[in-house]
Amino acid sequence: MIYFDHNASTPVRREAREAMTEALAGSGANPSSAHREGQRARAAVERAREQVAALVGASPAGVTFVSCGTEGDHLSVAGIALALETRGRTVAVSSIEHHAVHGAGDLLARLGFHVTHLPVNARGFLDPAALPAAGSDHTLVAVMLANNETGVIQPVAEIAARAHAAGLAVQCDAVQAAGKIPVDFGALGVDALVISAHKLGGPKGIGALILRDGTPCEPLFRGSAHESGRRGGTENLPGIVGFGVAAECAARELAVESARLLALRRRLESGIRAAVPDAVIHGERAPRLPNTVNASFPGARSDRLLMALDARGVCVSAGAACASGAVEPSPVLAAMGVPRELAVCALRLSMGRGTSADDVDRVIAALGESVRGVRGAAAAAGASGA
Amino acid sequence: MRRVLAAMSGGVDSGVEAALLAERGYEVAGVTLKLWCYGRSPLSPRACCTLDAIDDARRVARRMGFPHYVVEAEEVFRTRVLQPFLDAYAGGRTPYPCALCNQHLKFGDLMSRVEDAGADALATGHYARIVRQEDGAPALMRARDAAKDQSYALALVPHAALGRAMFPLGDLTKEDVRAEGRRLGLEVWDKTESQDLCFVPDGDYAGFMKRSLGETRGTREGPFLDREGRRLGTHRGIIHYTVGQRRGLGLAAPEPLYVLAIDAARNAVVVGPKSALECEGLETGRVNWLMPRPPEAGTAVEAKIRYQHRPAAARVFPSADGSAAVRFDAPQSAVTPGQLCAFYQGERCLGGGTIERALGADGMPLAHERGAASTAREAGAGLVTIALS
Repeated sequence: MIYFDHNASTPVRREAREAMTEALAGSGANPSSAHREGQRARAAVERAREQVAALVGASPAGVTFVSCGTEGDHLSVAGIALALETRGRTVAVSSIEHHAVHGAGDLLARLGFHVTHLPVNARGFLDPAALPAAGSDHTLVAVMLANNETGVIQPVAEIAARAHAAGLAVQCDAVQAAGKIPVDFGALGVDALVISAHKLGGPKGIGALILRDGTPCEPLFRGSAHESGRRGGTENLPGIVGFGVAAECAARELAVESARLLALRRRLESGIRAAVPDAVIHGERAPRLPNTVNASFPGARSDRLLMALDARGVCVSAGAACASGAVEPSPVLAAMGVPRELAVCALRLSMGRGTSADDVDRVIAALGESVRGVRGAAAAAGASGA
Repeated sequence: MRRVLAAMSGGVDSGVEAALLAERGYEVAGVTLKLWCYGRSPLSPRACCTLDAIDDARRVARRMGFPHYVVEAEEVFRTRVLQPFLDAYAGGRTPYPCALCNQHLKFGDLMSRVEDAGADALATGHYARIVRQEDGAPALMRARDAAKDQSYALALVPHAALGRAMFPLGDLTKEDVRAEGRRLGLEVWDKTESQDLCFVPDGDYAGFMKRSLGETRGTREGPFLDREGRRLGTHRGIIHYTVGQRRGLGLAAPEPLYVLAIDAARNAVVVGPKSALECEGLETGRVNWLMPRPPEAGTAVEAKIRYQHRPAAARVFPSADGSAAVRFDAPQSAVTPGQLCAFYQGERCLGGGTIERALGADGMPLAHERGAASTAREAGAGLVTIALS
């Protein structure tokens, strides 16, 4: 089996597993308890907070642990919008945001807010000129750092500077970026940043929201004062510990690993071009994550390709799965102006720590065979009238 | 070990079909066709096909430990099944979409995915059997359980596709299938069965066309005529009627009146006594023969002219253009254009074709059929393209 779906989730790395096992084997004390065992648990949480903060160059005091990226997006988008409600009731969301951010926008719409959508250009970039002007009813802009489907990296620092000049707070989903490229919270200049452990070798079920000092953000989970009152709920100690260790390892290896992945991505892209000359690599000319290739194979629909590759032991992702599990053309590609007939033939291949050059070559071979097979079968089905 | 793509609708039959294959050691990949987008909320980009049926199929796959995929087939469904369904109703016919679905979706689109999945056969939960003839060609046979037999719905499947098809339920009764489902621990074992079209679960076809599709062809009021062309009343739109129908006409007459024919060109419904429904034969469109070559003219067969019809002895006369004429040994009631005529010899289904028109004793179209027959072809030509969103 070759796993080329690291943007969906990554294996938990050994160091994180060991730290979590140790945490699970501990006393089980609540980090909020006053006794010594409670204090020991608290120390583990705070150690992890430092490790996570260090990965993104933030202050530990700004880190709030949450259950996942989706919660982090909801807490920051809805929490900040609610806190700034007296100034305005409109938020702007880029059209290529992750479902989690669109979902937070839906929640706000349900509460009577207005949600506007910012367009991207053909290369997948948000146009900074499209930002709401000063004096509008907007209070917040949500723009992701790296897109989960295409890997295209947004000019977030520039967008944040412009947004701040217009008096807007900036929320940034960095779930796909953290651990793959350097993320510097201060340099980005955003007010809220969201990351998730399971995308960078940590466990599922734990994420973090990083808030700039002084950013108002109303809690969603209330009733107890955990996480400095930002998020009620007993801390997920094993998850937090695993997240901290994974973040520390990712930070340490970042420079070497991202260069290694970039070389593999180039190998994969040139292999794809050789095997399927009419393949289209989306966002090809834009700065992208070093591990992600999103490509369309004209005439070979992604749902067929996914099955064909799965049968050959290659795990990839196709477009966006709808609630039924059927593959739909990606809204991200649609926002980039990719024609529908090309968007329905798109695959996302995302590599990670365990990926070798040999894996890349085997995936290229499997892709070539699968595309040929699927094109043949689809043509035969079309000819027979099906 | 053989690898099999197993079509799974989410019901008990196809669930047991796939589970039995897995239990017998086949390497199964389950697959469910997504035909229809149920309710899309503009607020939520993920809200799309939330059909419980897909979850039921997935649960069976999880339980049995084989992979399951959902295949996007909305476009094929729309162009190959739904559009002809609409055109037929609007043209005054009574379509039989299940046969088209088997032909174009299960044994067309899905069959073409067998190789994608690295498989060499497609299995479905139909109650029918395939028997290899001496020359190796596959023959479609009725199910062992006559009450459940679905060979009729398979009569339009391409003959070549039968060679790569498997019907694991062909020797079982419905009770057997439920018992197997229970034994295998499948939650769908006692799921109730729908008697209606999957895309019209309430059976209200006219309402479906108007509500879901905004389709207004065939919904205009028009005259009820008797066989002599006298106006007897006003009908609600031709899509509400089918040949042989007695209920819901709202006509007062000394003897019960039945729909004899639907004349789309004049937007008229022709009615008459039950005896006038009897006819000597019929003509089909292009026949899909499930045999290497069409039978000799005059071959004795049993013809089945709708799903619940008991096949009637007849002789079939294939034409050079691919159509066929059928002459019943004894007159049959309510031959309905748009329905499927399937040909049998004993257990074997020889093929089938869509009924174009009923024929009288002289081999000519019945008087009340003549107008309807000519216009049905024009109206059925897909003049209006529907937009499903």
